[in-house]
This record gives sequence, C-alpha cells and structure tokens, in this order.
Amino acid sequence: MNKTDALIIGAGPTGLFTAHQLKLIGLDCEIVDNLDKIGGQCIELYPDKPIYDIPAVPECTGEELTKNLINQLKPFDIKFHLSERVEEVKKDDVNWIVKTNSGKIFSTPNVIIAGGVGSFEPRKFPSKECEKFENKSIFYSVKDKKIFEGKTVAIFGGGDSALDWAVELSKNSKVNLIHRRDEFRGAQATVNKMHTLVKEGKINLFTKYQMTSVKGNGQLESIDIKNDDDEMKNIKADYALGFFGLIMQLGPIANWGLNLDKKTIEVDTEKFETNQKGIYAVGDICTYPGKLKLILSGFHEGALAARACFKLARPNEKYRFEFTTTSSSLLKRLGKKE
Amino acid sequence: MPKITYVTSENETHTIDVDNGLTVMEGAVQNDIPGIDADCGGGMACATCHVYVTQDWFDRLPKKEDGEEDMLDMAFEPKKNSRLSCQIVVSDDLDGLTVNIPSKQG
Repeated sequence: MNKTDALIIGAGPTGLFTAHQLKLIGLDCEIVDNLDKIGGQCIELYPDKPIYDIPAVPECTGEELTKNLINQLKPFDIKFHLSERVEEVKKDDVNWIVKTNSGKIFSTPNVIIAGGVGSFEPRKFPSKECEKFENKSIFYSVKDKKIFEGKTVAIFGGGDSALDWAVELSKNSKVNLIHRRDEFRGAQATVNKMHTLVKEGKINLFTKYQMTSVKGNGQLESIDIKNDDDEMKNIKADYALGFFGLIMQLGPIANWGLNLDKKTIEVDTEKFETNQKGIYAVGDICTYPGKLKLILSGFHEGALAARACFKLARPNEKYRFEFTTTSSSLLKRLGKKE
Repeated sequence: MPKITYVTSENETHTIDVDNGLTVMEGAVQNDIPGIDADCGGGMACATCHVYVTQDWFDRLPKKEDGEEDMLDMAFEPKKNSRLSCQIVVSDDLDGLTVNIPSKQG
C-alpha cells in the first residue's frame, strides 16, 4: 500500500501544477494517469498546436507547455504511475483507499481529480459484433506483432498508427488497408511508402470504404466493407486492427458517489472540494458557476485545492501563506537555499 | 435569430434559436440537446460533436478546413455529409439549418 498526503488523478497541466503547489507547501503527492505519458490532453490531442492564453507565455505548443511544467517539478521528488487507471475510491476509517486497474493501492486523506474529460480510451469499431472478437482477433493497439505472421490482417484508419502498422506488417503478413477517404493524415513519407507497397502488391488498399460487419465463429474470418456508393465487398481477415485515435470516457469516476453535472464534477470555489470530504476536482473536469475551461483556471483551482489538502494531511499544524520570493522554507524546498 | 433544428438518432426534433456567431455545437450544448458531447470544447480536437447535414444544406455551408476532415476520420460512422458542429458558425444565412445527430459520438 502506498501512503501519501495527496493522490492526484491525471497528469495533464492542471495535475502537474497542483503537484507543484502541494510539494511547495510541504506535502507529498503521487500522480496516476491512464495514458503512458505525461501531459494529458496537451500531449494526446494537440502536442503541436500553439496555445496563446497561458499568462506570461505569449505562445507555446501543448508539448512545450508540458515540458515546462515537468521542468518546474524538477526540484521535487514526485512518483508517477502511468498507464494506470483508477478504478475504485472508497473510504476506510480515516483515509481514502484508491485502487488502480493493475491492483496498486493508495491510502491518502486527499484525492485530487484532475482528470480532464475522463480517461483516454481507444475508439472502437461501430459494429457491436466486434466486441466478441476484441483482444482475440480484433485489436486497437499492437502488443505482439508476431501473432500476425503469415496471416491476413485488415487495418482500418488513415493516421500514422494505421500507416506505420500497414507498412510494418506487410513484411510478413497479407495486409488490407481500409480508409474512409483517399487522403491520409499520416506523415507524408509514410504515405508515400505505403503507396509504393500498394504498387508492389504488398498492401491492398481500399479507400472510401468502411467496415459494416464482421463474420466468424470464435475466430474472425471475414469483414464486410462498404463504400460511399453503397458497394459492398467481403474481405478475408484473420485479424482486424482499428486505429481511430482516442476518446475520453468519464469511466469509473461516475461510480465514486460524487455529484455530477453531465460529465463534470460539482465543486465549491473555496477548496474545489466535491460533495465528499477530501475529494477535490480541478481543471476541465470540475464545474461551478462561471467555470472557464482554460488551463489557467486549472492552475488557480489546483493551488487552492492544495491548500485545502494541508488541513487533512497535517491536522495538527497550521498552514501559513508564504511567497517564493522571500520564504526561506519554500526556497529550501525549491533547492535554492541550503 | 436563426433557427437551427437538431434531430436526434431517436428522431426527436429540437428547434432552437441560436445567436449569430455561436457554433451549431454551442447551440446544442447550451440547450442540453442530447448526443453532442463536444469533449474538447470546440477545439477541433476530438470529433465528438459530429453531425450529418442534409445534402442541400451541406453544399451551402462554408467548406471544411483540412483539419476538420482529418478529425472526421475518427468520428463514429462518418458519411459524405458529415461535419463537426463546432466548425459551423451560425449566421442569418443558416436560418432553418437541420442537422442529424449520430447514435453515438465514439
């Protein structure tokens, strides 16, 4: 069991700056995120898009913002638990007991949900029947490429993941690449490479086609695809791979007894606490009158939630407000003073 | 004020007055029209405000930017007449526009 003063769910910009604020006031914290990398929506949705409304930063991309926030955490020792999804939050006598999907358990007086719009999950094929084959012959990511050797693989999508895997798997498998339009949004070099392989007969390309249904008995056997003019084709397939990016799902958060408003969590504006004492919500996932879904709002919310955590983590101490410009204890924590 | 009609996948019709300058997505979200999630809040980064536009209206709307077509690759059951409603800005010219909401956003 991991014991910590505060557990942050979500390693996006708000979660990162909240960690900074917690460490600065002398609390320890750990961060859990379902993605395999730090940065949340900034990294997953718009790493290359410039942002113009971070105070004192005229222009930076999602990736740069994330890098700077990680840099700002350098003085501190913060444990990240990536590729872990929080499944359960329950109260024992005093603390919140938090369990992840891989079985990690945390005990903490404070849980700060900085979960954006929930956790990122792969987008799946629209056809319901696909669920039967999921993780057997239908996948949304590749864990072991060896299983495809000598097999017929249908790859759906038009981005880098679809193209990279089509190129890679065409070496040892029969690859059918299916995409809803002629244009691909992947890197031009990979698009060119794919077209060369199509000319060489190593990849069969079906554009303007989409999946309509799947057929098979236990194991996938074939896939029906349809084009814009409603022409159907049936293609043989031992495996299907879908690469349609990620979608955000509120997921297990809905089951933690919190007051929700659509996909957001209701909080007060003093502590950013939910209806459960010791559970806070900050950033895009929280709502209150006047809420703005801006990164700068998340920073403010995290700073106040961090102060609220102090009371529960150090019940016998008094929190004293200090400035980083002058406080020697803060400067010590920042490693600027012996 | 232009009237926009939203038709859900269950064939419920909601006709709403939407201010000029708002997007079709914002009109839906502000009026609690079910089925338009708009997870990213209008940043053309999530494809969860996907709608179908009837062909005659589709041809009258300003053309899609490249980024919109890319995002539509990720939408649930995209069709020829698919649009992201966050990219359709309401104006008097769009008075009477009807959009159909897909059964799911992802």
